[in-house]
Amino acid sequence: MHDFGYHRPASAADAAGLLAKNAEAKVVAGGMTLIPTLKQRLAQPSDLVDLGGIAELKGIKAEAGGITIGAMTPHADVARSTEVQKTIPALSALAGGIGDPLVRNRGTIGGSVANSDPAADYPAAVLALGATIRTNKREIKADDFFKGMFETALQDGEIITAIHFPKPDKAGYSKFPNPASRYAIVGVFVAKTGGGVRVAVTGAGPCAYRSKELESALSSNFTPDSAKAVKINAAGLNSDLHATAAYRAHLVSVMAARAVAAAS
Amino acid sequence: MPTVEMTVNGKRASAQVEGRTLLVQFLREKLGLTGTHVGCDTSQCGACVVDIDGRAVKSCTMLALQAAGAKVTTIEGLANGETLHPMQEAFRDNHGLQCGFCTPGMVMTAIDLVNNNPNPSEEQIRHGLEGNICRCTGYHNIVKAVRAGAAAMKG
Amino acid sequence: MTATGIGAAVKRKEDYRFLTGQGTYTDDINRHGQTYAYILRSPHAHAEIAKIDASAAKSAPGVIAIFTGADYDKGGLPAGWQIHSKDGSPMVEPPHLPLCKDRVRHVGDQVALVIAETYAQAKDAAELINITYKELPAIVSTANADKQGSAQVWPEAKNNVCYDWHLGDKAATDAAFAKAAHVTKIDLVNQRLVPNAMEPRAAIGDYDRATGEYTLFTTSQNPHVIRLLMGAFVLQIPEHKLRVVAPDVGGGFGSKIFHYAEEALVTWASAKVNRPIKWTAERSESFITDAQGRDHVSHAELAMDKDGKFLGLRVSTIANMGAYLSTFAPCVPTYLYATLLAGVYTTPAIYAEVKAVFTNTVVVDAYRGAGRPEATYLLERLVDKAAREMKMDRVEIRRKNFIPRDAFPYQTPVALQYDSGDYHTTLEMALKSSGWAEFESRRAEAKKRGKLRGIGISTYLEACGIAPSAVVGSLGARAGLYECGSIRVHPTGSVTVFTGTHSHGQGHETTFAQLVSDTLGIPIENVDVSHGDTNKIPFGMGTYGSRSLAVGGSALVKAMDKIIAKAKRIAAHLMEASVADVEFKNGTFTVAGTDKSVPFGTVALTAYVPHNYPITELEPGLEETAFYDPLNFTYPGGTHICEVEVDPDTGVTKIVNFTAVDDVGRVINPMIVEGQVHGGVAQGIGQALLERCVYDEQSGQLLTGSLMDYCMPRADDLPNFKVATHATMCTHNPIGAKGVGEVGAIGSPPAVINAVIDALSPLGVTDISMPATPLKVWQAIQGAPAKMAAE
Repeated sequence: MHDFGYHRPASAADAAGLLAKNAEAKVVAGGMTLIPTLKQRLAQPSDLVDLGGIAELKGIKAEAGGITIGAMTPHADVARSTEVQKTIPALSALAGGIGDPLVRNRGTIGGSVANSDPAADYPAAVLALGATIRTNKREIKADDFFKGMFETALQDGEIITAIHFPKPDKAGYSKFPNPASRYAIVGVFVAKTGGGVRVAVTGAGPCAYRSKELESALSSNFTPDSAKAVKINAAGLNSDLHATAAYRAHLVSVMAARAVAAAS
Repeated sequence: MPTVEMTVNGKRASAQVEGRTLLVQFLREKLGLTGTHVGCDTSQCGACVVDIDGRAVKSCTMLALQAAGAKVTTIEGLANGETLHPMQEAFRDNHGLQCGFCTPGMVMTAIDLVNNNPNPSEEQIRHGLEGNICRCTGYHNIVKAVRAGAAAMKG
Repeated sequence: MTATGIGAAVKRKEDYRFLTGQGTYTDDINRHGQTYAYILRSPHAHAEIAKIDASAAKSAPGVIAIFTGADYDKGGLPAGWQIHSKDGSPMVEPPHLPLCKDRVRHVGDQVALVIAETYAQAKDAAELINITYKELPAIVSTANADKQGSAQVWPEAKNNVCYDWHLGDKAATDAAFAKAAHVTKIDLVNQRLVPNAMEPRAAIGDYDRATGEYTLFTTSQNPHVIRLLMGAFVLQIPEHKLRVVAPDVGGGFGSKIFHYAEEALVTWASAKVNRPIKWTAERSESFITDAQGRDHVSHAELAMDKDGKFLGLRVSTIANMGAYLSTFAPCVPTYLYATLLAGVYTTPAIYAEVKAVFTNTVVVDAYRGAGRPEATYLLERLVDKAAREMKMDRVEIRRKNFIPRDAFPYQTPVALQYDSGDYHTTLEMALKSSGWAEFESRRAEAKKRGKLRGIGISTYLEACGIAPSAVVGSLGARAGLYECGSIRVHPTGSVTVFTGTHSHGQGHETTFAQLVSDTLGIPIENVDVSHGDTNKIPFGMGTYGSRSLAVGGSALVKAMDKIIAKAKRIAAHLMEASVADVEFKNGTFTVAGTDKSVPFGTVALTAYVPHNYPITELEPGLEETAFYDPLNFTYPGGTHICEVEVDPDTGVTKIVNFTAVDDVGRVINPMIVEGQVHGGVAQGIGQALLERCVYDEQSGQLLTGSLMDYCMPRADDLPNFKVATHATMCTHNPIGAKGVGEVGAIGSPPAVINAVIDALSPLGVTDISMPATPLKVWQAIQGAPAKMAAE
């Protein structure tokens, strides 16, 4: 990797200040994606601003009947949190299935969501649960957040501080992992809420997206069979060595059915 | 160059590093703790796993500077004098290693696994080792070793 | 049997250092004044190097030297085996320079060697080297390499053919087919694999100007072979000025047998810069430089009489060599493959043709099993297909064609003579252990859960313990394949064992110590095994081809024979008896018919303190060396049975049971033997279900170039294994050992694939290629006749 200046601010405000001063600076959260990227010399930031020392960005708390998770909370903490297990067990299960235990000990929810990796797990939960992304500047609705592959609504210098998840009636997540990388080839998060059924898909498209077909099928009948019967159009879905678009389309229905079956 | 200071295997350790110096490079090259290995460059293999403040992490995917002030335990810090840690002993008793290259990371991960789940089932062990690749053993004896190690850690 | 003797599951002596982080792998070694090398590699599969401008890089911080092909003035990497084509012409053997001069032939080819004070500085400087390439069309496909219009890798290899070789009696085979009642045909791909030993390759070159000696530390399975090849052929350094050390090595699986460019480069350049140079591969570099494995495309036909008795076998294979010839590459698809095509069967006539081709890919060479997995996969897929077509039971067709127990020694029609085996017993043991007879009820139960359950079998044989020098010499080997061992008895009776084999996971430090302690009757704590250093070990050919115990262990037995013979003469002197009357047992020399006895330790001490000694007829000291050249290959074999469940919704195959019953000859340490089988089976399952190396057909880029895309087996991909052995002894080595390192990888892949096909057979699926990934299985289900009919 190329060398860079390293900064470890103690507050989100200081972090924002450092980013404002250095146009070529990048934020590092858990580093699970960024550090491998730097090692491959695919990015060359002048400076790294490490959010790891900012206490205010860590922690899980009950809020307004739902859950608020600080951006720098590692996946392992979300997986093990009794608060999350009680309020949104599907979120805890999702966090407990990201990467591997070592990745879960370092990787953070904020880093995962900010990166909008097409195969990341969290974006599916954020979208399906209708979460709110809180930054140092504003609040962003999940539906407005994911813009494309590695693209989000975040502006330069904007830092995710926390994500708030409202409590659903029921939710479930099921993923089909890439056998090599263990990222999602397809992951489907289903949530039954007061406002209707929301279904978000990760791994299949350029970024996480909501599936209208599944939402409409599950709104009328929230059962695995109802999800499985939905034929997903393969056009525009990702295709690679491990999974063709047609296979992904098929897996979306299967994973949706399994997510419904697992929903609690 | 900045200086980084941390506690490694109970001792204060500090050295000048570049921003880009990885924790594993700091351990191997600055401290001579070559028991922590590098088996890949995509954070997949887990040969580099160490414990930082009570959590097993991949030291190839962390900057040395990110570990400033932390308490780091490497494979060299597990045994108590000549007495092996129960998990090390279990790997030996169950032939849970062959070439030994993945072993330090495997043992560090296994201990973390048992710390979080003192009675892991076989399936939980296999999933818990998802981040550690062994090319020699087929995992059969590693799984056996982790079970035995878990039992021994209770005793 | 004693607690530490032959047959005991002794805990490994080497484990303590590995478990405490005190192993010493090559990258753990640092030499005073050490520099670091980064190798700039070709980003193109095939291109001319038009221009290299390294001027800016040379003045980058920390840079000591930069070398390119123009600077390199020594030899190329040799191929260790010469094959002759059908027409008698020798194989095409293109030059293989460690640094490319004017053309690159695969992604990863070495273009420049950058030496700097730190590795990061070397890598930073390499970015400043400006290379102008003129890209050329590339060929990566094994099947298409010899077709008209394909890109040409070497001008001297017309249609990219390295050799076009054959084995067997064509006329007799044609005659067998002429009288066949049925012929079963199959087309198979044995896909390319990446060995991926967990320790990436590394090398440190260190030249001592004061003595003119070079030292190379390297991740090798055979340091003496590297010394021989690099010293004699590449750098012209005489052996006494070249020390090669292979310290702890983190797995090899074949990939660390071969002599690699980086070893020669750091050794050569260390004299140029007069400082030690360390090079360590990054994993992504391993993917594009470590020799890869397998990569065969085959067509085979089996002729049978009306009862399913095999009459003849025809095989035609194209084998991919990659862009150059790696050390053992030419012999893998010939003498380690076609010679195995009789398998465990009495097929009387066999004819095999093998065409080896060059492509713009990483070299292909021996990978765990090397040739024998390819032969076994072909045979066992073919036999299963034959049974289906003949409407015969899969087990029955095998039994019917097995070489019977009483037929040994058995001469096959493809050169080998098997010394021993008992295929019926290993089969029956495996059938029983796997619950074969009750399988259909498990299939029915799984069906109720919506799962497709299948069971598959493979009855295999392999040839290892390589190899008789005269035989391999007549077949084109350019080296002998004996082994060397030394026994040094110290004055106090403890022993250091020196072996030319190399342990990189196999546990020789324990197994050989058991062998020696048992034979000499001394405590195992008093025996240490030394290996891996050409300055310590007289000579050696290394570890590969499951040869270490059968060949290396036999050399130790021969050396111990000499020790005991000499010790008896010393003991006879001490006991004032005739040598002929001295007996040696359990570490004590006795005189028959008397109560006289002398312990081994006293004899050892006497040999070094020869005050009362037959000095006029016997020299002092007690140290002996033996070279052992085997009389034949050894022939392990057995039965592997795999049971799978396929999820038709996702195409995921789960292995629910795996049984291996292997005949590996004499077992010294059953714990280590089981571990070897586990590891081999895991690699076989990896090949069957997970692993494959994919190059882009157009660009020649390696698409599976990291562990993100190349699927290595993880703990949750694999089951527990049921492993057992049944020994028939090797008849021609003093131990009776056959070899165990490769059987798992050889026997298992067809058992897995046959199980997957069996699971899918109710849908009418009759074929699936390796690896049977979820995508492929799902696609097979979608295209299956039964599924199509239902829709």
